[in-house]
Amino acid sequence: MNSSDKQDRTKLDFAVEGVTCPACMVTIENALLEQDGISSPRYNLSTHRLAVYTDPALFSIKDIIAKLDSLGYKARPFELDSARLEQEKQQKSLLIALAVAGFAAMNVILLSVSIWSGAESMATETRTLFHWLSAIIAIPAVFVAGQPFFSSAFKALRHGHVNMDVPISLAISLALIMSVVQTASGGEDAYFDSAVMLLFFLLIGRYLDFSSRTRTGKLGQNLLALQKTVVSLYDKDGKLNEVPANLIEPGDKIHIPAGSSIGVDGIILEGTSQVDSSLITGESLPQSLAVGDQVYAGTLNLSGTLKVEASSAGASTLLSEISDLLDKASEKRGHYVRLADRAASLYAPAVHLLAFLTLFGWLLAGVGWQTAMLYGIAVLIITCPCALGLAVPVVQVVATGSLFRNGILVNQGDALERMAIAEHIVFDKTGTLTEPESSIHNIADIPGTVLEQASRLALSSNHVLAKVLAKHAKSKSPFPNVEEVSGQGVHYSRDGLTARLGSRHFCGMEDEKTDAETEENYSELCFNDGKGHKATFLFSQKLKSDATGLINVMKELGFTVSILSGDLPKTVAQTAHFLGITQYKGAINPQQKVIEVEKLQQDGHSIIMVGDGLNDAAALQSANVSVAPSSAVDLTQSAADFVILGNKLQPLVTAVKVSRQARKLMIQNFIFAITYNIVAVPLAIFGFVTPLIAALLMSASSVIVTLNALRAQTRN
Amino acid sequence: MNVLIILLPIALFLGTLGLVGFIWSMKTGQFDDLEGAGWRAIMNDDDKMDPNHRPHS
Repeated sequence: MNSSDKQDRTKLDFAVEGVTCPACMVTIENALLEQDGISSPRYNLSTHRLAVYTDPALFSIKDIIAKLDSLGYKARPFELDSARLEQEKQQKSLLIALAVAGFAAMNVILLSVSIWSGAESMATETRTLFHWLSAIIAIPAVFVAGQPFFSSAFKALRHGHVNMDVPISLAISLALIMSVVQTASGGEDAYFDSAVMLLFFLLIGRYLDFSSRTRTGKLGQNLLALQKTVVSLYDKDGKLNEVPANLIEPGDKIHIPAGSSIGVDGIILEGTSQVDSSLITGESLPQSLAVGDQVYAGTLNLSGTLKVEASSAGASTLLSEISDLLDKASEKRGHYVRLADRAASLYAPAVHLLAFLTLFGWLLAGVGWQTAMLYGIAVLIITCPCALGLAVPVVQVVATGSLFRNGILVNQGDALERMAIAEHIVFDKTGTLTEPESSIHNIADIPGTVLEQASRLALSSNHVLAKVLAKHAKSKSPFPNVEEVSGQGVHYSRDGLTARLGSRHFCGMEDEKTDAETEENYSELCFNDGKGHKATFLFSQKLKSDATGLINVMKELGFTVSILSGDLPKTVAQTAHFLGITQYKGAINPQQKVIEVEKLQQDGHSIIMVGDGLNDAAALQSANVSVAPSSAVDLTQSAADFVILGNKLQPLVTAVKVSRQARKLMIQNFIFAITYNIVAVPLAIFGFVTPLIAALLMSASSVIVTLNALRAQTRN
Repeated sequence: MNVLIILLPIALFLGTLGLVGFIWSMKTGQFDDLEGAGWRAIMNDDDKMDPNHRPHS
């Protein structure tokens, strides 16, 4: 495909779901290549995005989505928002700056080493030539690679702050100017090597820090794109059109087929159906809705076809209101001051003060301004936070990588620090402590033939509980002529007998209720085959296999444990008692969850919130640190600091342990960096620091800090 | 010492070549998908991929 061909084609980006292996990547690309009007399909396995060039006349966005859908992949048009685009550009330019600094450092040090090793015998002319060569390399390199620091320092100064980048920029530019002056006057010492080496080390730290903050963010963006739904709109002639949900206006009539998500808030005009609103309310059982009932965007239409009149869509739906609540919560979150920033706020003023004192001290001692200046700059270079700049980012990268191998994704770099100091953990119940799906409690009490009949009948139903029951069917062929009575159950007739599966009333079993069944808080499904075989299936939510163990370990680690759930108080109490948790609350809505979390925070607790529902999203955001299982809804996952892959809870313990270890290492690194300064600064103040010593000290401290950070790896 | 007149420019030139090469590959997006690129190398273009390959969990 040549480039002129690409030019009259439009580039389209998609976020794709369901790609699990490289073979998927090749399948998608080959399938699209066969199509006319599409060129250069390229799937990115790291970001899970697809880029294609299409001829809009031949192939539209919708066609591509349909094509991918036929292959089994879910795709949505993807557009980077400008902030994210800016971030990706910034990351690229940081990497280029790093490469330039690395190149310059290598070559300048090559020259410097020859100067150091030949200091006695080298002719002054040769030395000056080497210094000029270094200058030619170092000056443009600093100009390019120093930009991230210069611009940040300039911004800080304009707002009247001093950040870590101010002494860095000052040290680098002064060292450069001073070295040029020295070289021009044929002097012995030049600090070109220190300046570029400093830049190189600092850029490594800066790049690692930046990428640990944005990496998982990329996937979060994909999730948001996948949430943008397309709805079927009835036009004036009663025909259906696929329209993005955000273009719907109040009063528009929408067609919602069974099994699809509802893209708008609205009132049902025609049809009845079961609607799963667990996303919004956290309630695990579907509701039966009929004409005149309200439906919400983000809920799932399970069984019947609906015609809905939109009351609001896009930005004003309940779903959007919840994400607004989320934004507000994140604004309100007591801003955590990262360890590195705290160190910087103490460090930057101290460094400036020391450098000035050195300069004036030597001026007063009468050594001449050039020498005094040189010593002042030496202090700036020596104190420059190479080790400090690496202390935190390297630990973060190593710890994040180690967590990733244990099945935990970290969304935010500083989440590790926040996790390490938390001491109260709040769990959501449904889907977090319990399996997301119900199980049949009394399956052992039901005769095999009845179970087989009931579960085969259940194959014909879309009801959530029936779907669970249907999994027990040995024969996967449904009975013929099964009719579904929406909100009631399913039935079919044979030989004049009618078998029914559904509500107690529907099966005519009102009188059959036993004591055990009424006492406990189960959801039930009844079966009556019309020949006298009756059964009641009791559904309960099973605790995750490692829930009990997890709670015990958490208590051992010193956590206070509590449960906040939107489920019925009785069920919540049962679970809490079983797990030995004394603090719990049931039947609370998303806002109340936030309030409860804030109440705990006001009592001085630092809180981990673990939840999976949309109703947890805001509470996750307002807690000090948040965790979501990967079964959580997309929005909740992107709100969480940690995402646990798989169905186990145990990784949570690993997350806590690694975080605590990481924080310990960060503090160790700081202590080391400070000790290094206590030793090195007097040397600089009293003028003993030659370029050679500066270079040695700087590299040694950076290497030691990095090696220490590697200990954040978990030992398995 | 005269050999430096030749060696130094050569060293700098080669270094610059490497740097320019890196920046070029950055700008043309060759580092955008490190994971996928590795797999592309070992997946033979001539092999017909199973056209019925479907996502799995």
